[in-house]
Amino acid sequence: MSLHAQDDPQLRREQEARLREVWKPPTGWFFRWTDVNNNRIGVWYTLTAFGFMLFAGVLALIMRTQLAVPDNDLVSANTFNQLFTLHGSMMMFLFAVPMFEAVSIILLPQLLGARDLPFPRLSAFGYWSFLLGGVFVGGSIFFNAAPDGGWFMYPPLTTRTDLSGLGADIWMLGLSFIEVSSVAAAVELIVGVFKCRPPGMRLNLMPLYAWYILVVAVMILFAFPPLIAGDLLFEMERLLGWPFFDAAKGGDPLLWQHLFWIFGHPEVYIVFLPSIALFAMLIPTFAQRHLLGYPWIVLAAVGTAFLSFGLWVHHMFATGLPKISLAFFSAASEAVAIPTGVQIFAFIATLWAGKVKWSTPLLYASGSLAIFVIGGLTGVMVAIAPFDWQAHDTYFIVAHLHYVLIGGTLLPLFGGLYYYWPLITGKKLSDRLGRIAFWIMFVGVNLTFFPMHLSGLEGMPRRVFTYPADLNIGWLNLASTAGSYLFAAGVLVLVVDLALSPTRKKAVRNPWNAGTLEWLAHPDDEDWGIRSVPLIESRYPIWDQPGFVAKVDEGRFFLPDAEEGRRETIITSVLDAKPVSVIRLGTPSVKPMMTAVALGGVFILTTYHLYLLSALSGVVTLACVLWWLWDTAEIPEKPEKPIGHGMHMPLYISGPAAPGWWAMFITMMADATAFSGLVFGYYFYWTIHPDFGAGFDGPGTYWPIVALLLSLASWAATLAAREVHARGAVPPARALLIAGAVAALASLAVGLRCLDGLDPKANVYPAIVWVLVIWTVVHAAVGAIMQLYTLARSLAGRMDPAHDADLRNITVYQHFFALTALVAYLTIGLFPEAGL
Amino acid sequence: MRRWLRRARDLRVTLWTLIVPPTTWAVHFLFSYLWAAVSCAKLGSWARFPTAFAIGTVAALLIIVAAGLIAWQQARTPGAPAPHDEGTEIDRLRFLAYSTLLLSGLSFIAVLFTAAPVIVLSDCR
Repeated sequence: MSLHAQDDPQLRREQEARLREVWKPPTGWFFRWTDVNNNRIGVWYTLTAFGFMLFAGVLALIMRTQLAVPDNDLVSANTFNQLFTLHGSMMMFLFAVPMFEAVSIILLPQLLGARDLPFPRLSAFGYWSFLLGGVFVGGSIFFNAAPDGGWFMYPPLTTRTDLSGLGADIWMLGLSFIEVSSVAAAVELIVGVFKCRPPGMRLNLMPLYAWYILVVAVMILFAFPPLIAGDLLFEMERLLGWPFFDAAKGGDPLLWQHLFWIFGHPEVYIVFLPSIALFAMLIPTFAQRHLLGYPWIVLAAVGTAFLSFGLWVHHMFATGLPKISLAFFSAASEAVAIPTGVQIFAFIATLWAGKVKWSTPLLYASGSLAIFVIGGLTGVMVAIAPFDWQAHDTYFIVAHLHYVLIGGTLLPLFGGLYYYWPLITGKKLSDRLGRIAFWIMFVGVNLTFFPMHLSGLEGMPRRVFTYPADLNIGWLNLASTAGSYLFAAGVLVLVVDLALSPTRKKAVRNPWNAGTLEWLAHPDDEDWGIRSVPLIESRYPIWDQPGFVAKVDEGRFFLPDAEEGRRETIITSVLDAKPVSVIRLGTPSVKPMMTAVALGGVFILTTYHLYLLSALSGVVTLACVLWWLWDTAEIPEKPEKPIGHGMHMPLYISGPAAPGWWAMFITMMADATAFSGLVFGYYFYWTIHPDFGAGFDGPGTYWPIVALLLSLASWAATLAAREVHARGAVPPARALLIAGAVAALASLAVGLRCLDGLDPKANVYPAIVWVLVIWTVVHAAVGAIMQLYTLARSLAGRMDPAHDADLRNITVYQHFFALTALVAYLTIGLFPEAGL
Repeated sequence: MRRWLRRARDLRVTLWTLIVPPTTWAVHFLFSYLWAAVSCAKLGSWARFPTAFAIGTVAALLIIVAAGLIAWQQARTPGAPAPHDEGTEIDRLRFLAYSTLLLSGLSFIAVLFTAAPVIVLSDCR
């Protein structure tokens, strides 16, 4: 297959027919939902998140109606609690974060000139988990069972079962389930950015959207797991009575606040950066020039990501921590304004230097920046602890956070909607309706939230269902209510515009005359993603590379065919995007959906205390996962295939070059972060208690050390298995895998032996030891399952010394397991001996 | 010194070197916070450690400055035409190095920000 071969129209038609056949979506009333192609999953994901946003918006309107006049009684205090809790939780967990994942699942493969992301089935799994969890959490309000403790669920209000009902469990378990899907999406997106770029797209040519997505996905890996750890402790307290947050038994509600906000503050940037990333795509298009200051934007994204992890205590300024601690976080909170400002200046400079076309998306972008800057400035104010003590828990904060989130997330997304609608549907939205909607919303936002600054400073606290007339804030609240209806009217205009879209005619290809890869999309799009995977030489290839679009369309770049009838995409190296292999992608399957349903069963059944059924659901989940995995890492029918231009790429890779290895590594980073949240808990309790654990039996030293040695033996056996297997000694490798599994199971038994005589309900000390041990032995069990799975793969002929991805991937798991065991057993076994 | 800096151009640049400066900030920040939290809870005071804190801060700043100096050299690697946004080996190196340099600047300021309160606050109230 050479350049000249592609001159033959007949050949091109045959290639297209083969590609079309391979990428054909499944049909049938049920099976159409088993699709895994990113263009369909992404659209479902986006629509679902949009639906949850509208639902949560209606909840806000009910709240504003209740607050329109003093002493109103439209809804009861109890209902009001459910309304604001669900509004906040849904907007954050079911709209802002999933929307970023959804949009990225649609856009990223197109931006990277890939046929699909590396794990299409994982995207589908993430979507079904999200849908199930979202309906479970959101639907609870119809049964008067919605969570009612505020979106941050502070204990002890929420851990005491006499003060809060089922809602707290629904929040914890339902949203934990969604957090799983967020981590799944993060894995998918990071591996996508690292490994699925087109040849030639070195790191410095990557679209800025991809940079932002990479940064945000890494942030998810480090931000969500502490919350998952917190959720675990929280449910242990609610369901089993282990007193992690109960001060009477040595616990401390502040630990929850730490774990929640270590998640909660980066979360703000997790929802903000992807929206600003949309600006980085649309501003060059409407300025008709390259974005100025590309490395400065990367600085801003990476810098913000780091600093955002040093801000969490600024949500806890009023909790009585030492002032010096507060000052550290205040300093970091001020510092984060620097990178945030840098990117805004880069955008302004680009517009200044370009020939600006004042389009509707650009109107949304500039308008939302204005709103965001107001929120940012009040943010700098509340980052100063003494000011925060005055404003804390008042409507001033409500005003601040809504300016930030509407200006930094919602309106940019609407701008992105106008910009990218032609990419997805082939049709433009109405410029006129878009501008009308914008101005209604712009006025509505300011009318709703600006008066809240004043009502807050007048002393109106957050989360009150009504207020007395003598407080003299009735007119401010009435203005806010009027503004909220105005804003809702703007959203309605936008929804009408979307609804009219099917009646409109198709737009031209690349209607905005953009320069980036995603605009290769054709109005009558095919499901194959991209006709041929291009060679990239510029940040704006459509503008800069002569004849680029025609060459892609005529299949003159890489991988223009699907000779073997398989879905494929090119894998490249991390820094320089040199092609390293071709991988076969997952095809439509019912497995992701079934796994999501089974896993959902675990969380939902636990909410209703149906532990036996929940455990059964867990077993089904495990079975589904193994069934799903069995088809992966298949040994190809031939070692390599041509991808055009005389290049041949292997069809199988293992180790650090392979997407699967990266996925395991990234997942385990998240896992290790969750574990460090639990370890943080142990040392946190030690810090606050003068004599932590005194008067309660501990695990001693002997059994933890034995458990540790057995865990390390399991790790060493796996490592040795990998090495001897790579040298061709298959039977010894199998024996080592068996030995590893036996050691892991023995470490499990001995680990549990450590807990003899420790009553986790009595005090927080035995409780936290229990949690650390359970976490570790569960990992031992999972490790053993992996070792036996790999053994089965070897016996079934699905793994051999030249094709050892499974063994290499489980070794990565074992490295993390060894680290977990080391930290856990040394902490519980040796730290008490140190006598500190 | 100059020769050493030149030699810095040959050092390997990866995504890991990009995050050296902000990671230094993160470690410094975390230590400052944990140290203050633990000594305030266990000893009831923090005032006796400012010297150690100053040493740690200077060490962090030195690491950041070193990373910045190396990056500055690498960001000036000659060989490709301006504006250095092509898909060449040198432009990729220059991009990563320049981004590292910028991150060094930000991290330097952020470490100073973290250290500043210690000048005026030294007790645990």
